[in-house]
Formats: sequence, structure tokens, C-alpha cells
Amino acid sequence: MENTQTSQNTETGAAYNFAYLDEQTKRMIRRALLKAVAIPGYQVPFAGREMPMPYGWGTGGVQVTAAVIGPDDTLKVIDQGADDTTNAVSIRQFFAKTAGVATTEKTAEASIIQTRHRIPEKPLRDDQILVYQVPIPEPLRFLEPRETETRKMHALEEYGLMHVKLYEDISRHGHIATTYAYPVMVDGRYVMDPSPTPKFDNPKMNMMPALQLFGAGREKRIYALPPFTRVESLDFEDHPFSVQSWDDECGMCSATDSYLDEVILDDKGNRMFVCSDTDYCTERQDAGHRGPQHHDQPLGGKAAE
Amino acid sequence: MYVAVKGGERAINNAHRLLAEKRRGNTETPEIETDQIEQQLSLSVARVMSEGSLFDRDLAALAIKQARGDLIEAIFLIRAYRTTLPRFAFSKPIETGKMDIERRISATFKDLPGGQILGPTFDYTHRLLDFTLMANGQTPPEAAQGDQPVDDTMPRVLDDLLNYEGLIQDEPASADNDDAPVADLTREPVSFPAGRDLRLQNLARGDEGFILSMGYSTQRGYANSHAFVGEIRYGKVAVEIEPEELGFAIDIGDIDITECETVNKFKGSKIKPPQFTRGYGLVFGQSERKAISMALVDRAMRAREMGEQIMGPAQDEEFIMEHSDNVQATGFVEHIKLPHYVDFQGELELVRRMRKEIEARAQSTPETKAAE
Repeated sequence: MENTQTSQNTETGAAYNFAYLDEQTKRMIRRALLKAVAIPGYQVPFAGREMPMPYGWGTGGVQVTAAVIGPDDTLKVIDQGADDTTNAVSIRQFFAKTAGVATTEKTAEASIIQTRHRIPEKPLRDDQILVYQVPIPEPLRFLEPRETETRKMHALEEYGLMHVKLYEDISRHGHIATTYAYPVMVDGRYVMDPSPTPKFDNPKMNMMPALQLFGAGREKRIYALPPFTRVESLDFEDHPFSVQSWDDECGMCSATDSYLDEVILDDKGNRMFVCSDTDYCTERQDAGHRGPQHHDQPLGGKAAE
Repeated sequence: MYVAVKGGERAINNAHRLLAEKRRGNTETPEIETDQIEQQLSLSVARVMSEGSLFDRDLAALAIKQARGDLIEAIFLIRAYRTTLPRFAFSKPIETGKMDIERRISATFKDLPGGQILGPTFDYTHRLLDFTLMANGQTPPEAAQGDQPVDDTMPRVLDDLLNYEGLIQDEPASADNDDAPVADLTREPVSFPAGRDLRLQNLARGDEGFILSMGYSTQRGYANSHAFVGEIRYGKVAVEIEPEELGFAIDIGDIDITECETVNKFKGSKIKPPQFTRGYGLVFGQSERKAISMALVDRAMRAREMGEQIMGPAQDEEFIMEHSDNVQATGFVEHIKLPHYVDFQGELELVRRMRKEIEARAQSTPETKAAE
């Protein structure tokens, strides 16, 4: 991609390169990305830069996006599935300002989607890139705090500790007690942290036509899933992997196939559910789908019973 | 009627406007100038430059003003600016032996060649609030001039005095390998075990409070490398670069720095007579607390090299280096105030399900319940 022109924005444009990072830095990140794509699921160390937003707030994703974005791209940024959450707004504004690119809230219109904690409900295409913000890239970190040890474990494909952990969950709780950042096996080789997306989203990663890139800024790691990569959630034959399900439907669009967030309506225990993916929900409402709490429904405005 | 939470963008913009207003404070009070910060809060400026890894007094002062005096926020602003700067050249190693000295003391010798030069220091002041400062009192009288100039080349306690007797471990002289590459954690990912160059860079950028506490812990038994301050010196040194096409060095300006060298617990072996060991600290501006702490932790982290037993966190380079950076730490600690409802929803769902199952089990086996 040709990113050599500087940002057109008048406020900060003169002082910063297109998409904030200088071209040498982008080249360094692209090299790490190429390596990551070549070894799916392997965590590539990269010289993560200090960014104008805090560590833990998406600096890894921002650097990856800055390295792959071009002037013709259309960017969508979501946090918790929504375009309107504070951090998503901030990152979208950052790229609108430093790269002057078009932004969108529509999944289908975006060429790059940066996300924190969700994968959009609408299936992605092979001309799209999904960029994940990753806080702790190491799936074994909470089993072994030392990087020197975990790198060795990956090198030797020594994943027994993880299976023991999952087994202990089952013997203690009757379930694998991991609901997000649920570990996956990539192409039969590397155990990978899918970032703290709910395990509901894990199956979407498998054989996804879009390129998936993961950036961890503070921990300085990049990893990737090339299009159509095999991604399996770890499980046992007698305890197969399963995703969350709800007895309810979305209160706004009546979807039963999407990840639902719970909304507390009052202090009497009344609550409703609504799609976490705001674009998916809006699109369904525009197509005429109605949930019980939608304002043009007979019971709209009443709390769910 | 339920309307999903929207309007984040306007709320954020308003929050930022309020922040700007709060930063300014009551407009009846004159606005603080960055020159005033640069001159009168110079130790804050020094800290921001050190931990921001950028020697620029004006920008540090601006960052402090913009951050409303929150120094970690100011360091963050400087780091985010620094990261965008291109590298034109690498300087030659600075010569602290040729420092234009403002202060130089040794705790290991009462008197020594070059003398004890106290310079500007809080040491020995009584910590009593000076209410005349609040009353915007008098301009302080000018400090007295010594009748002898300070030596041009002040001998270094460790290299020139102790090493003369062979009492302190040799450091490979940098003069031999000026061209050897020096690690830079802002340009290359860190891997462990880390070399001493990388460890020192990490300590120099590390949070003053963290390095202080870790240094302190080595004095309280969590390491065994008892230290003396061989020397602290503070003053100006020239920075030189040698452009390849020129073939000789040119002076590009002066920086003021504090350097600390500690003399530590001795060590010997069958073939080597006992010798003192060293720790090293170097920071921008005048910050002796940081320079001394850095030297303590540097020495503690040399445990592996010295064949010492690891007994405390200050000796654990991975622990120190991964947790010393306040910009990293504050970002990640504070990120938990970002929304996590998607993850929390997953947990809610699981806990409810597990509770339901336990309830169902309890109901289906009434006789065991009765037996209890």
C-alpha cells in the first residue's frame, strides 16, 4: 500500500505521517505481520511503539491498523460489538484525523474492522481484514507467568498444562469455566489466545475468509490467522465445546442467533437482552424485525416480564 | 421504551471540554507559563525527561502543564511524541569524566582528589515549610562563588581511584568497542535473558517510585549486595555525533545528567583475590534518588553474572523489566475501567447455569439431602 503522503488534516496533519506512524515503523510492523501470517497462531515479537493512547486501550490493534491501512480503505471500529462505545469512538476519530480515511458503522462496507472483544455477527468476506486488540497474547500466561517458560512450551508443543487446567475445571464445576479468551488450536500446531472475545465467537474464526490480525501493544506481540485457517476450540471428546445460548431474544430486533447483552431495566430484577453487535441489530430493525421491547411494538416501553 | 445507550461521541467531546476548563482552573488566577514550569519546577521537568526518554526541557514543561501536573500523564505525552521522531544519528558515548560539575560527592571517602562539591541539594535542609514562598516573599540572595574553580577533569572515584589499586571489578572499557551495537528497547522487542545495556535502559526509563522501592528492598534483605555510594555527580556534559561523511565528531549541545556509581559487596574466588563490584545509574537532570536506586537495582540484577543466589524480586530481571514502566503499567491497570460487558455477560451466563444445575441436582436427589 502507498502510504507515503502525509495526512491532509490541518490540525495535526503537518506534524504527523499518514496514519500517525512513520514509514520505517510501519515497515517493521508489516514484516512482523508477514511472519505471523506465515506461521499461523505463532506470537511474533515486534518493537511495539508508544502510542498516544494508553497501553491496554488498543495500542496493538491501532499499530496493526496503521500498518495496513491505505487512503482508500474504509474503517470500522467496534468495542464490545458496538461502534458507539467510548474507546471505539476514540480510535475511529484517531484514524479519521491522522489518516483522513472513510469510516463506517456498517460491517459490510468496511475494508478494515478493528475490534475489541467481539467478532461481527455478519460473516466477513475475503476482501476484509479483522484487526483484534489483544491485552494478554499468551494463552498459557495464567498457568505459567514466565515468558521464557511459555515460549519454550510453545516451541515443544507442550500443552499438557492447558488440558489439565480444562480438565480440573470440569471436575470442579462440571464445565470448562472459561467463557471468553477461550483457547484455540490453530492449524493443529499452536495454542492461541483469541483475545477476550466471548467463546460464542470462537467458531467464527474457523475457516474465516477474511484475514485476521492480532496486535498486543504492551506485550509487543503480533499474531495472525490467514484466510481459511483451521481454528478449533480446545475440548474433550466427552465434553465437547459449546457456545453460550440465551433463552431470550433481542428486545429490539428479536434475533436469537446473536450474542446478547443484558440490560438492567429497574431495581426489581427486570431486564432485557439486546444484540451486542449494534450494526447487526440496526440492520435487522431496518429490515422490519421487531423485538418485544421495540418502541413501535404494543408492549414497547414495558419492562420484560 | 428502551433506547440502546448511544451518544458516546458527544459525551466524550464534552468531557474533554470540561477537562480543558479544569486544567485552566479559576481564570482569576493568572495562567501558568511553561517557562515558569521549566525554571521553577525543574525537578519535575527532569523526571518527565528521564522517564519520557527525551531531553527537551520546553516540551517536558508543556507536557506537565497539559497533564495538570500529573507526571506520569506528562511522561506518557512525551513518550507518544518521542515515538514519532526520526533518528538522525547515534551519539558517541558521553564522557562523564569531563562533566562540567555542579555537584559531586563520594560517600566512600571523606576527602578525595577534586573534593566534595555539594552544589544545589535538599540534603541537610530542615524540612520546614517556608511560608515566605507562599507570601511570594523575597528573591533569594545570590549564592556565593567559591574562590577556586572546580577541576576541569574531576577524577572518577571508581575508575580512577579505586581501580588504581585493582580493588574494583573491571568493566570492559567502552573505548575498545565504541561501535558495538547498543540495545534499544524502543526499537527492538525485548527478550530474556537481557543484556546489561538493555537492563540499564529499562531502569533509566523506569518509574522512579518503582525503582526506588526495588532498590530499597535490596537494602532490606531481598538481595545481598550491600552498596556504598562511591560517587554521585551532577552537571553538564557535551553530546557529540560523528557524521560518517565528516570523519570527526561535532558537539550538538549539552545535557545535564546525574550519574551514580555504587561500590558493592566484594567477591573473590580461588584464582581471583576479593574485589568490590559495581552498580550504575544515569538519569537526565538532577535526580539522585532515581540514580542511586537505579544503581542498586542494576547491581542486584547482576546476580546471575556474579553467581549469586536469587532471593528477591530486585534480582529477577524479568520481574523488574516487565513491571518498571509506568506508562505500560498505568495503561493496563486503568484499562479495567473500559467496558467489559461482553465478557461479563459470558460469566453471568455461566454462573447462572451452574447455579441452576446445582439446584436441579439437589431437587432430584431428595433422599441424600434428607440424610444430610
